[in-house]
Amino acid sequence: MLYHENVSVIRNESLTNDIYDMRFRSRDISAAAKPGQFINVYCNDSSRLLPRPISICEVNGEEIRIVYRVAGKGTKELSGIRPGEKINVTGPAGNGYDVDMINQTYSSVMLFGGGVGIPPMVELSKRLKIKTDVFLGYRDCLFLNEDFCDDANIHIATEDGSAGTRGNVLDALKASGVDADLICACGPLPMLRAIKKYAEESGKKAYYSMEERMACGVGACLGCVCKTVEKDGHSKVNNTRVCADGPVFDASAIII
Amino acid sequence: MNEDSKMPDMSVEIAGVKWKNPVTVASGTFGSGIEYADFVDLNGLGAVTTKGVATYPWEGNDTIRVAETTGGMLNAIGLQNPGMETFIERDIPFLNKYDTVKIVNVVGKTLEEYVEAVKMLSGQPVDMLEINISCPNVKEGGIAFGQDPKAAAEVTRAVKEVSEKPVIMKLSPNVTSIQKMAGAVEEAGADAVSLINTLTGMKIDIQKKTFLLANKTGGLSGPAIKPVAVRMVYEVAQAVNIPIIGMGGICCAEDAIEFMLAGATAVSVGTANFHNPKVTIEIVEGIKKYLLDNNIENVNDLIGAVR
Ligand SMILES: Cc1cc2nc3c(=O)[nH]c(=O)nc-3n(C[C@H](O)[C@H](O)[C@H](O)COP(=O)(O)OP(=O)(O)OC[C@H]3O[C@@H](n4cnc5c(N)ncnc54)[C@H](O)[C@@H]3O)c2cc1C
Ligand SMILES: Cc1cc2nc3c(=O)[nH]c(=O)nc-3n(C[C@H](O)[C@H](O)[C@H](O)COP(=O)(O)O)c2cc1C
Ligand code: FES
Repeated sequence: MLYHENVSVIRNESLTNDIYDMRFRSRDISAAAKPGQFINVYCNDSSRLLPRPISICEVNGEEIRIVYRVAGKGTKELSGIRPGEKINVTGPAGNGYDVDMINQTYSSVMLFGGGVGIPPMVELSKRLKIKTDVFLGYRDCLFLNEDFCDDANIHIATEDGSAGTRGNVLDALKASGVDADLICACGPLPMLRAIKKYAEESGKKAYYSMEERMACGVGACLGCVCKTVEKDGHSKVNNTRVCADGPVFDASAIII
Repeated sequence: MNEDSKMPDMSVEIAGVKWKNPVTVASGTFGSGIEYADFVDLNGLGAVTTKGVATYPWEGNDTIRVAETTGGMLNAIGLQNPGMETFIERDIPFLNKYDTVKIVNVVGKTLEEYVEAVKMLSGQPVDMLEINISCPNVKEGGIAFGQDPKAAAEVTRAVKEVSEKPVIMKLSPNVTSIQKMAGAVEEAGADAVSLINTLTGMKIDIQKKTFLLANKTGGLSGPAIKPVAVRMVYEVAQAVNIPIIGMGGICCAEDAIEFMLAGATAVSVGTANFHNPKVTIEIVEGIKKYLLDNNIENVNDLIGAVR
């Protein structure tokens, strides 16, 4: 079930010079939300028609937290919203992670988040009950690294070497010597490709979140598809909707 | 006083099919309604128009398929669809749970494929067919039939011959004279026309110095095209006697009323669903309110009232 609501923004503050942290309240969306799902955020300026997909970063009671980078005009507008002002949202969109299945099937997990792929990993780590190592990749400024649950081991990589391992999340993995049964990853395509390769070579199961341009954000327009290995049950061709059947996919099912 | 007696009559009739109100959705923006049922009571719509469906599954184009533009968007989905068999097994039974007119949008790459698709729909519990001869995003078929009056008439005739249901021909704005196209399909037996499909456009990614859409070009839709669409509906209304379903950028009741005053019997709401998934029902309510506020008893009084 998806909900379309006009919600009040509770908080909207910058974490770094271009990363913002927004909270809004929605009883229905927060009750239904799973980690890995996202919110379609609509611009109040209706010359910008399409919703912006932003991952659910955390759910606290009835409060939803999203963390986003100012990338273009829509997120720029969003960053100017003040507490008390209203925005339209639809959610929780997409499939999200099957946390119960993961908790029952695996004994340890590595979460990889790169840039604005980090936010969904926060809620995921909170709900996982198995041994968790989190690898966070940044360009330079850190954000959200202190918001993971206490039980998770945090490993940091920065491109400029200003914190943690210099390089990317896989460099941080190498430096840590950590191993686990399962991989969950969200981040830019080159990172996902590298993780997919690592997962295949080490024979590990991997899930990752795909990113694609969207129009409806609810599964109706077929704007957001990615290629699949097998024929998809819904589309009957070799592609699948990122917004409705994803964004979380079994890495072996998707061609990237 | 009985409140109901003051309620305006919202129903319209197209080719003998009665709609409870003049609002449907534009093909391709609403799937078969399944994904929007969380937001909208489909019983409240005059009709549901499905995404284009062909005889067999189509892959569609590579991604990126969609791009936002100021007050509009470009799409180059490429008519991806699961094929008629799945559509009949999954989508028609879903739609049948609702008391609304069912319009199936049909696509094909050749004349034979259109005919075959229409034949496959015979005996199915749907009310009308909309024949898409105007998709700018597929090379074969589609637009090739929609830019030449002779070819459009040929498809119309062939489809009419095998269809048990009234046939709506969906027209492209990417033509020199939309009146000629409308006239040609009317003469060939079309029961109604719908317009406009999208206008061919392009967006360039200046950082990557390449086309934003994998297909290079895409169809422009949304409020940016509305004045073009209103003008074309008006022109076609002057040229033909069959009913018109008007669309192109409708976002609110005021927009819908403009199309009806220009000559449309009904309207389709497309891209606006992406900005507000509840917009269709809001438009139905808004039209009702306009009629009440202006003491108009019957929505049909709006149709073509501006000449
Ligand atoms: C499932 C999913 C989850 C996401 N989660 C987050 C998140 O938690 N935090 C975050 O900062 N970003 C996230 N993104 C990326 C975010 O959606 C884009 O950065 C944002 O849409 C850019 O909008 P804009 O108006 O600022 O940019 P513009 O370039 O002005 O946007 C123009 C159009 O392109 C679309 N677009 C542009 N970049 C992207 C992109 N990378 N992915 C998808 N659509 C794009 C926009 O939605 C809009 O329709 C996510 C994307 C997806 C698909
Ligand atoms: C994503 C998308 C998919 C579409 N798919 C179809 C289609 O399958 N068949 C069709 O006849 N028109 C299709 N169209 C065109 C619309 O039905 C409509 O004619 C056009 O978008 C103008 O209306 P609007 O501005 O309200 O969207 C599509 C439009 C969009 C935006
Ligand atoms: S964005 Fe429309 S189907 Fe995914």
